[in-house]
Amino acid sequence: MIRISKRSGISGWLAVLIRVIAVLLALVLCLLLTLLFTGKNPLRVLTEMVGGSFGTTKRLWEFLQRTMLLACIAVGLAPAFKMHFWNVGAEGQMLMGGLGALILMKFAWKLPSLPLLILMALLAIVFGAIWGMIPGFFKAKWNANETLFTLMMNYIAIQIVLYFCTIWEGTLGTVKIGIMNGTSSQPSYHKGWIGEMFTGSFNDNDYMWLVLIVLVVVVAMWAYLRYTKQGYEISVVGDSENTARYAGIRVNRVYVRSMAISGGVCGFAGFLAVSAVSRTLSESTADGRGFTAIIIAWLAHTNPFLMVVFSALYTFMELAGKQMSSAFRLNDYYAKILTGIVLFFVLGCEFFANYKVKISRKPKGGALK
Amino acid sequence: MKKLLALILCLALVACLFAACGGEGGSESDFKVGVVLVGDENEGYTLAHINGIKEAAKNLGLDETDNFVWKYAIGEDETCKTAIEDCIDQGCTLIFTNSYGHQDYAQLVAEQKPDIQIVAMTGDKAKASGLANFHNAFTEIYEARFAAGVVAGMKIAELEEQGKLTAKNYDADGKVRVGYVGAYPYAEVVSGYTAFFLGIKSIYENVSMEVLYTSSWFDITAEKAAAEQMIGDGCVIIGQHADSTGAPSACEAALNAGTTVFSVGYNIDMLTAAPNAALTSPTNEWGVYYTYAIGAAMNGEEIATNWAEGFDKDAVALTPLGPNVAAGTQEKVDEVIAALKAGTLHPFDQSYFTVGGEVVEEAFATDTDGDWVNDADNAMFDGYYHESYFQSAPSFGLRIDGGLLVRAGPVSIPAKSIQKGRPVWRTTKSSMRSNCEISRNGSVRSSPTITSLWISARARFSRCSEKTAPARPR
Repeated sequence: MIRISKRSGISGWLAVLIRVIAVLLALVLCLLLTLLFTGKNPLRVLTEMVGGSFGTTKRLWEFLQRTMLLACIAVGLAPAFKMHFWNVGAEGQMLMGGLGALILMKFAWKLPSLPLLILMALLAIVFGAIWGMIPGFFKAKWNANETLFTLMMNYIAIQIVLYFCTIWEGTLGTVKIGIMNGTSSQPSYHKGWIGEMFTGSFNDNDYMWLVLIVLVVVVAMWAYLRYTKQGYEISVVGDSENTARYAGIRVNRVYVRSMAISGGVCGFAGFLAVSAVSRTLSESTADGRGFTAIIIAWLAHTNPFLMVVFSALYTFMELAGKQMSSAFRLNDYYAKILTGIVLFFVLGCEFFANYKVKISRKPKGGALK
Repeated sequence: MKKLLALILCLALVACLFAACGGEGGSESDFKVGVVLVGDENEGYTLAHINGIKEAAKNLGLDETDNFVWKYAIGEDETCKTAIEDCIDQGCTLIFTNSYGHQDYAQLVAEQKPDIQIVAMTGDKAKASGLANFHNAFTEIYEARFAAGVVAGMKIAELEEQGKLTAKNYDADGKVRVGYVGAYPYAEVVSGYTAFFLGIKSIYENVSMEVLYTSSWFDITAEKAAAEQMIGDGCVIIGQHADSTGAPSACEAALNAGTTVFSVGYNIDMLTAAPNAALTSPTNEWGVYYTYAIGAAMNGEEIATNWAEGFDKDAVALTPLGPNVAAGTQEKVDEVIAALKAGTLHPFDQSYFTVGGEVVEEAFATDTDGDWVNDADNAMFDGYYHESYFQSAPSFGLRIDGGLLVRAGPVSIPAKSIQKGRPVWRTTKSSMRSNCEISRNGSVRSSPTITSLWISARARFSRCSEKTAPARPR
């Protein structure tokens, strides 16, 4: 006989333990599957998995870069999710932000470096914010379904980006802009690029600026949600719209404002992706991260710090899977299966965090017959 | 909780038991090759490269696992650079990338690491870059396409002799209709369909060919739809320069339903997809190149900046002929291949074609100033166009006379291609290019078709209309 009952509260210690166990179980299952399919030494499998993220300095930076970028988008989703506004449009907001950054990179590269970077970030935030405010406005004004609306806005953004990829095509027929300001013979060389903190060059091996900037965003968002009046309003609206209304909170305004912030941060992530990582813009600049961030934000219960943790976990699995598929000659889908397994376990453990499961012996006598 | 922990520990122990059987057969050499692939073995184009590399490994006594670092599904963006650098970190001194879009990132790394040899397969920028460690390679696939055209021509001649052609199979000028599914209006495709068309004409003169572009290298739905459209038009042969089995299976279905139509595929043997309709497929034998390049790098020899070989080095081939080819085809094909090998036959012979009613005396193969108009290296000498002579990637971009009709085909946008970023207006752009013709000196003039008039309203989408575009952007 299995009894399931809702937990009234859960201690922090237990909550962490449940999640740790889920991750461990997922890793064991991944190991077993790999063992079953490849017959490789599980120790070597484990080494490859860890090595995929931390094996070399280059991979470590790659890991940090991916983690922080994903975390930045997830953090952008936090205010929206906290007011129970299901913003699934991060992909589009990020791309629009990237577009804003790229426009200045292309046309305003003559400005001095720092003002250029600041302007790029601002325009990216404005683009992202506008892309987020549109669904927020429609929700506030006509109660339009925000999930569908934000989702559809993604596809519009993707097509807009592809339009610019077409008209600014770097090599004819490729529909790719190519690396922006990357020709050493041009005066625009390296303009609008976020470089390296330690060496001051642009060789892509050091993402310290990106890491620090995103950490600042994480802390700022945490403080905003926790300590400001606007953050409080967001959580009241999230708990109950009517309560918020009776309390004198202008709900519509909160919707639009929070979505502007949400979109703005996602747009900022787009700026980082363009300026610090890819130095170009294509639909793969977002690379589905806008959607992955939804899971991250959901798992982290809108806690920005936890978002960094879950982003790190997700990135670790992604890189580990890629390394395994490369080292053991499995194809790319295998990496995706492994990532899927981990997400399944982590999402599944939410059930055990919210419900108590008791297994008791069958009552004797077969009274139920 | 303890039980759970015990279970985990047990599993770990069991797993360790397997550790003993993890031994692998190593190879003598510690030479390491990095392979950066745009897809994986589920995609025909990449599979052909994987098989080529495996063959090279076998020929050179290298171990597929120990001596190679394989990177699958690497996009044409900065992940390509990361992948190449990661290969170098793992000790690779020779790197291959197999997609045109990888080329720019390959060049970036080649600039930074002069002691690492990097080959951008199907690329065209190695020569212009002036880097000693950066290389391009392509096969002379146009030779195989010419030979495939001979197979198709034999079939058409036989069909006519047997009286199997109906009025629908002839166009208004009384020419037998042939169809061709193309991917993009790039020089590579133009070179390919022209060679195929000339191959048919070398056997059976009275044909016209319709080319439909799908705007994708791999799109089963669009290729099938394009083939069906041309079958509906009355085409008796459907050739293709796209990677899927869409067109052959459309031909097979139509043939089984009683329509006379046969298929010439590409890259892979189409007999499984179309056991009755498939005649043959021209294929690339990449193993020849990989054996050469890896062997040269191992011995410390220089790798050619531009490598291109055809039948004479067995770098291209025809797949086994289908059951429905015309009688005597094998003998004829052998004769043609022998002539191609001997250099007595050239697919782009000056006497085979005209442009604007005139014999072509001058045709440039290289674009030196990056405006996508070929302006240097006249490849038309000694009586034929020297394809893949100045650079390995195909450069033949002339639109020859005599019944070639080129237009944009039906395009389906499956989820994957949206994700991969084929914009919807791609078709528009392609059709604009395809409706422009290049005169002999390389200048562009538009042919006044309705499509091009309609499209000229959107001229701002394109800077150049069709010029000789890059070879294989994949």
